[in-house]
Amino acid sequence: MFDGLSDKLQATLAELRSHGTLTEDDIDRAMREIRLALLEADVNFKVVKAFTTTVKERCLGADVVGGLNPGQQVVKIVDEELAALMGGTAAGVAFAPRPPTVILLAGLQGSGKTTAAAKLALHLREEHGSSVALAACDVHRPAAVEQLVTMGERAGAEVYRREGETDAVAIATWALEETRRQGKDVLIVDTAGRLHVDADLMDELVRIRKATRPTQVLLVVDAMTGQDAVNVAQEFAAAVQFDGVVMTKLDGDARGGAALSVKAVTGKPILFASTGEKIDQFERFHPDRMAQRILGMGDVLSLIEKTQKEFDEDEARVLERRMRKGEFTLEDFLSQLKQMRRMGPLTSLLGMIPGFSGQQLRNLKVDERELDRVEAIILAMTPEERRRPELIKGSRRLRIARGSGTSVQQVNRLVKQFDEMRKVMKRIAGGKMPDMAALLRQGR
Amino acid sequence: MAHDWNDVFLLDRPEREAVAEAPEARGGFLRRLRESLGRTREALSAEVQATVAQALDEESWERLEEALIMADVGAVTTADVVERLEREATDTGLSGEALGERLIELLTEQATVGDGHIDLRHRPTVIMVAGVNGTGKTTTIGKLAWHLVQEQQLKVVLGAGDTFRAAAVEQLAEWARRAGCEIVTGDDGSDPGAVAFEAVRRGREQDADVVIVDTAGRLHTQDDLMAELAKVRRVLDKQLEGAPHETLLTVDATTGQNGLRQARSFSEAAPVTGIVLTKLDGTAKGGIAIAIARELGIPVKLIGVGEQLEDLRPFDPGNFARALLEP
Repeated sequence: MFDGLSDKLQATLAELRSHGTLTEDDIDRAMREIRLALLEADVNFKVVKAFTTTVKERCLGADVVGGLNPGQQVVKIVDEELAALMGGTAAGVAFAPRPPTVILLAGLQGSGKTTAAAKLALHLREEHGSSVALAACDVHRPAAVEQLVTMGERAGAEVYRREGETDAVAIATWALEETRRQGKDVLIVDTAGRLHVDADLMDELVRIRKATRPTQVLLVVDAMTGQDAVNVAQEFAAAVQFDGVVMTKLDGDARGGAALSVKAVTGKPILFASTGEKIDQFERFHPDRMAQRILGMGDVLSLIEKTQKEFDEDEARVLERRMRKGEFTLEDFLSQLKQMRRMGPLTSLLGMIPGFSGQQLRNLKVDERELDRVEAIILAMTPEERRRPELIKGSRRLRIARGSGTSVQQVNRLVKQFDEMRKVMKRIAGGKMPDMAALLRQGR
Repeated sequence: MAHDWNDVFLLDRPEREAVAEAPEARGGFLRRLRESLGRTREALSAEVQATVAQALDEESWERLEEALIMADVGAVTTADVVERLEREATDTGLSGEALGERLIELLTEQATVGDGHIDLRHRPTVIMVAGVNGTGKTTTIGKLAWHLVQEQQLKVVLGAGDTFRAAAVEQLAEWARRAGCEIVTGDDGSDPGAVAFEAVRRGREQDADVVIVDTAGRLHTQDDLMAELAKVRRVLDKQLEGAPHETLLTVDATTGQNGLRQARSFSEAAPVTGIVLTKLDGTAKGGIAIAIARELGIPVKLIGVGEQLEDLRPFDPGNFARALLEP
């Protein structure tokens, strides 16, 4: 998500690395580039100014100028300062000591509150085993309630709605009573989108807050927001003292400078990242890792966590042994492919691997349909053929092609690629790491 | 460039051409715009003067840069414009209020592309509306339909092409009811192309003036959804050659530099003929529209300035340029 920014910073800093020592001129040039990159990423002007000033001051310190590896130290300082700006470790939802926990969602129109409400409900059900209810308090936008009802169904959360009621405060109050009565753990209050300068609607929000006394107020912010993110965050902070932020639409190519800005001016952490159209595409935001990611080091930690969640460890160990021995079959390949695809689109996984960010990834479009075809071809094989692909000749090839709705050429290609892959695996087992990018290009 | 509705739409029905805008409505609009922007022209001149009038030193140019960047004009465009102004100031000795006016002129030039017209002389004229999730497509269509039906006395059919988002059809149906026009819907999850096709068919059958086709919000990075948009466009052309006659992209005024990528990607899938800059009633200035006009040559045609039915307005580059510089 921050690919563009990391590209630019890397380009700048690579130049720094190539110098022996740093002059003030070098630092100024680097700061100009960083400033431009951050502005292009929509980090707020004032935040950028403060950031580059701090970094420059630290760079001018004795430990950089005349140091042994100045370029690296600049990278380190930028990384540290970005990390400081983004905040410390990942925080989650704060639960009330006595249920129900009430979470109030607020934000501009179109920032994605209703979707975020349903996703958060599912997240709390799955991660914390909570019983969750949603309060439909958007009485302004046509069909907003219907949208929440549908989304709530998908999330397995009950939606408290009151048809004909036009007072959002009354609905919220009633929903809280219902939550208590039904013994739910959590109530998420979805509110209408509103402009931070709309006095009437901001007042409504304040009254909802007073009536429900939420455990946590979350501001929903679109990752594509520009310079105005700061105004929005400050106004909402003044009105309802929000505790944290949900960043939405982070699956796009916005560099997401708004995340930096909001954190910097309000001090409130980004708690969750919403990353797609599917209801389970919602995760905890990791500010510390995000800073590393900005510098193009890849979000290795996220990848590891994701992998651990999806992969069966024992199975992985068995697989590894077979890979080493060259016993890896098409059956193993199929089960690997399926596991990998459970983790989400390939491109988003690749983006987390160091050295894979930015330009490289943009050129490398992984066609998910191609993977569908691969699955279909393997599924059309007999177990024997999957274990011994060398059997696949003549009429078998034709049968598999027909059975999978592909062509003989496509079956051939897969068998050949698989053979190549086995060779590479043996090489890896021998201790040589392949060039990942080249490997993927080859595989296409 | 369009300043009021009669300048925006090209109609070849003389009896309908001169739909006069009620004076109170225009006054109402100007008041609303002023209120929503919260400042007056006088306040602006004071600001610009304070910025560049007294001493043309490094600091004042920097402050000017800051104002433009804070308006989301973007670092590159800002550097360009400020550099040009600085050069002109040195060459011609321009200063004070004249320099401020020249800046607004420069920005107006940048924001102006073509005549900003929406040609409604096709029968029916098909308008497709696309955009990223949450940018205000459905609301824009609702307001546009209301205007065409109520103010221009045209016959409008809406196509509920957002078959993906929960309750999107219900939302558009409510707008159709308010506007007083017909709506063509499909089932949830049904093919948006089929809905679009049917909407135009219905429009032709009923001899409607305008058919407006809604589409699901999509991120410009989702290749399959962008391909779907291209398909809807092809389907429209199949039903009525040359359709859609107008492809409007809604861009949220709070959007930062990503707006340019949005416009570029959407244009690749379905050539965009105009931008609707929505949510200008907040504190965001929508400066990214300048970058879109400069880089892609796509004009802003309409702006959204509020929640009311009449809060969709023609785009005026001059007013827009002034508003960019306001604090």
